[in-house]
Amino acid sequence: MLDWLARPKRAAAARRDIPAGLWVKCPRCANLVYRKELERGLRVCPRCGFHRRLSAADRLALVLDRGSFVETDADLEPEDPLGFVDERTYPERVAEYRRRTGQSEAIITGTGTVEGARAVVGAMEFGFMGGSLGSVVGEKISRSADRALEHRWPLVLFVASGGARMQEGTLSLLQMAKTSVAVARLADAGVALITVLCDPTTGGVAASFAFQGDIIIAEPGALIGFAGPRVIEQTIRQKLPDGFQTAEFLLQHGFLDAVVPRAELRAALARILRLTNAPVDPQMAGAAAQGWGEPADAADEPPPA
Amino acid sequence: MDRDLAEVEREIADLRRITTTQQMNLGEQIAALEARAERLREEIARHPTAWQRVQLARHAERPRIGDYIAALTSEFLELHGDRAFGDDPAMVAGLGMIDGRPAAIVGHAKGRDTRENIARRFGMPNPEGYRKALRVMTLAERLHAPIVTLIDTAGAFPGKEAEERGQSEAIARSLLEMARLRTPIVAVITGEGGSGGALGIGLCDVLLMVEHAVYSVISPEGCAAILWRDGSRAPEAAEALRLTAHDLATFGIVDEIIPEPPGGAHRHRDDAVAAVAESVRRHLAACAGRPKESLIAARYEKYRRIGRVREGSAVVAGTTPTAGGQAV
Repeated sequence: MLDWLARPKRAAAARRDIPAGLWVKCPRCANLVYRKELERGLRVCPRCGFHRRLSAADRLALVLDRGSFVETDADLEPEDPLGFVDERTYPERVAEYRRRTGQSEAIITGTGTVEGARAVVGAMEFGFMGGSLGSVVGEKISRSADRALEHRWPLVLFVASGGARMQEGTLSLLQMAKTSVAVARLADAGVALITVLCDPTTGGVAASFAFQGDIIIAEPGALIGFAGPRVIEQTIRQKLPDGFQTAEFLLQHGFLDAVVPRAELRAALARILRLTNAPVDPQMAGAAAQGWGEPADAADEPPPA
Repeated sequence: MDRDLAEVEREIADLRRITTTQQMNLGEQIAALEARAERLREEIARHPTAWQRVQLARHAERPRIGDYIAALTSEFLELHGDRAFGDDPAMVAGLGMIDGRPAAIVGHAKGRDTRENIARRFGMPNPEGYRKALRVMTLAERLHAPIVTLIDTAGAFPGKEAEERGQSEAIARSLLEMARLRTPIVAVITGEGGSGGALGIGLCDVLLMVEHAVYSVISPEGCAAILWRDGSRAPEAAEALRLTAHDLATFGIVDEIIPEPPGGAHRHRDDAVAAVAESVRRHLAACAGRPKESLIAARYEKYRRIGRVREGSAVVAGTTPTAGGQAV
């Protein structure tokens, strides 16, 4: 049983995207928000509702019951099958992202409970090479599907990705097919796949397991699409309408089951799991979330204006 | 070699101009140069670089899906529509008689000229194209007919309507369903295997590639623009991506490479098409008697094996789950 999710060190590393200082400017509405208020709001802007991106660790801590998470396949690491070199070698880039994120790859997988409901879980790390799908992500997802099948627990995937990882070439592309055969086996056995699409969910990841969920939900404002907006604009030589490719747009067009604000995500997932036959551990049914712990250095009250 | 060819072609153009403007007869010299250009082209096609192969794979005069269907089938019925939105001219789908037995054939449809290319969106499908293909593949399963997919696309169309109609969902669903179709699937990449747009009809039991075909996670131009921050460095990106048929055979991804005629398929279309038809027929015959359970199990293993990861001190290419689902 790992309690590393609660360690302040990891929490601080995950918050690297928020600049130091007590006040943070919202990228969407440009209002200044007190940092501790932002944290309490689960990194959602209290003025405009803009959902900032979360690390994989923070995502799992938000959703899972305290002490329930058991990580799996943590020791899988990428190889360099193509010997890929652009302006740097692939292994150099991997090492760089390891340093930056404290993660070894673009997904964390394991098992846990949500209000006592058992699930196999995977959370993608967009900060690691854009959450790109390579051999390790493909293998960890496939093994997670195996695990879900073995236990007959639903598989929950938190998806955040720019698509397939170029540095592993066609091997990356075919991870779309590899994960599909694993998901197909799960589907045939009647075990549910639940996908939670976070900002951004694009490319080969959108065109594979993201949209193979039996139930597909998304965070407000998340960018979700196959082609990137710039490529589309270049192709059609027109400006795209406001809201194009957002979660709300997809809901309107019939491609999502729900758009779920972050504050409601844990409860929504618990309900979805119960309704898709997740076994419920009665001892854990009243559990609190793992949570992020308190920021180490912020005062409780904002300084006087 | 590219440079030599370009020089020779320039010389030919100059001589032609002189012939017209100065009314000199340079026929012999032009013929000699043209023979030289021809030999250079054949040489390039024999040992092309990755970027040269990309050019060959994209050649405007390569056979089109209609040519392959004509060679493969004694009769063909094209089917239309996804039964929900519309009919996509960038994807052809139908039933054909192959060696006296019905089969489903689906594939990307590039045009033979600019007018047809525009009408067919250059063989880049919208969601309704994938949905039509899936409908016909599912029909094949019901009829106990095998499926042949003919892949030749720069990618799924990156348009506004494509996103509105769920391009991601169409491809994702196609992959999920193709994983479970209880009938043999033989896929051939006859030109460009453009990423998810190609794989959308490419999950199969047997993957064939013609000699100069390419299969890539991203176009060399796109890769160069992102990783080298310079789209003109596409030739370097093409080498790095390992996207040729030979590269992919090395990785165990391609089951057979079908040779092209000397100079490439565009130079001897009938021969090129006949070679593909022969290979497809052979693989269909080999799949014909297989029990469905063993077919699906082998298809599962084929894809689970793909990838390379380090686990502790070992390098594994995917894993095989045991009967209980525990990863080995």
